[in-house]
Amino acid sequence: MKQIISATINGTSCQDAIDDNLLLIDYLRKNKTLTGTKSGCDGGECGACTVLVNGQPRLSCITLAATCQNAEIETIEGESNNGRLSALQRAFHENLGTQCGFCTPGMIMAASGLLRDNPNPNDGEIRAALAGNLCRCTGYVKIIKSVRAAIGTSS
Amino acid sequence: MVEILPNFKLVRPKTVEQAVAMLARSESAKLCAGGTDLIVNMRHGLSDVHTLVEISQINEMQELDLDDDRLRIGAGVTLNELARSNEIAKSFPAIHQACVAIASPNHRNCATVGGNLCLDTRCLFYNQSHWWRKSNDYCLKYRGTICHVAPKGNRCRAAFAGDLAPALIACRADIEITGPQGKRVIALKDFYREDGADHLKLNSDEIVTAVSVKSTAQNSAYKKITVRGALDFPLAGVAVVCNQTPDDGRSFSIAITGTNSSPVVIDVPELKKDDNRQDFFSALGNLVKKSVSPQRTTTIAAHYRRLSIAAITVRLAKTLSDEGSK
Repeated sequence: MKQIISATINGTSCQDAIDDNLLLIDYLRKNKTLTGTKSGCDGGECGACTVLVNGQPRLSCITLAATCQNAEIETIEGESNNGRLSALQRAFHENLGTQCGFCTPGMIMAASGLLRDNPNPNDGEIRAALAGNLCRCTGYVKIIKSVRAAIGTSS
Repeated sequence: MVEILPNFKLVRPKTVEQAVAMLARSESAKLCAGGTDLIVNMRHGLSDVHTLVEISQINEMQELDLDDDRLRIGAGVTLNELARSNEIAKSFPAIHQACVAIASPNHRNCATVGGNLCLDTRCLFYNQSHWWRKSNDYCLKYRGTICHVAPKGNRCRAAFAGDLAPALIACRADIEITGPQGKRVIALKDFYREDGADHLKLNSDEIVTAVSVKSTAQNSAYKKITVRGALDFPLAGVAVVCNQTPDDGRSFSIAITGTNSSPVVIDVPELKKDDNRQDFFSALGNLVKKSVSPQRTTTIAAHYRRLSIAAITVRLAKTLSDEGSK
């Protein structure tokens, strides 16, 4: 079965005919060629595929695209503005929060979701918000530091 | 290794009546709320679904009401909405603690209360990819004839690993179920049966619409043992509610998850004011050890799960009974 999905992706409204069983990650990566969103474990365990749906972090590898009807979807591609990195992207870059970079799009989207809800989180809240995002390189310390830097409370 | 999703028809009802009618129309129709467990299972080839009834658009199931009499949580309330409620965190600590212990914030944004109560049972021999299970001749829970956990037994031993159920059962919650014949309300503890392959007393055309508890503030807590700090199902988990009795004793309501195919309710005698506390808690530990029956359904040894859940139960009960006397 196919259906028409209308959604706003990174501020641009789209309408597409999609299969009922199409996952959001495949819709983003294959139909919309937004390959910034990464597929890691492919089973909702690693957080690499995190995107924002209506401002809330969601795992696109276990979300059906058709359930995002009329939703506002944001991916890592929507973070920068006219070629300028967002505060979070710059903080990850400057504080070495990124090593291989595979988990970074998910980390940044999860952190972005956190900062909208809670503009001044403490370390515990940052850790709790990123608890579902795994990283094999950094040991997390620099990721927490990057998020802290993005909120201007770097110590 | 996960596989692509099978083909199915997705329907998105706007009311409970529509959803019930859609479920009744096809035998292989299945409910999907947040999908955080179901979609993964479907990608492992663990479900024959022709119609997926997705219920996130049913507004009447997304209400969270706390009045003087009862706390009523709609089955469609997401776990993060529940976790954000300060009243619940204050009056029902066990429910709040169980809620924030589930998976990760990214899951909790779409995972629902109803979905967690109806969570499928889990097992080392079941939650595997299709090729893995096929090479092992499947298992009693799905497509096979033998339970690899207990080959001589005649039932599936997969463990129920929902976090909210024990917390709500310890709070003596009722569950509302809507079907073609209308609404029925039963005690949540009677909603489960001790069979991993068929652990819910829910007909295929029925929907869990809400769960409710008396809105009396309580002294309660929930704790689970996991391999990882987040993103993990409980190896075992326990919710303890402790109330002060009129003669300054303590009554306990305890429910355990992760060890059996259904949540286990522990019948604990009252702790009287003059009882020897050490004897009481050591008897409580032994009672828990005797009541639960963890099996080889996880990579962690069953014996460890039995010992640790007894220890955690005693620890929570001790802490709560001390807090009550302050």
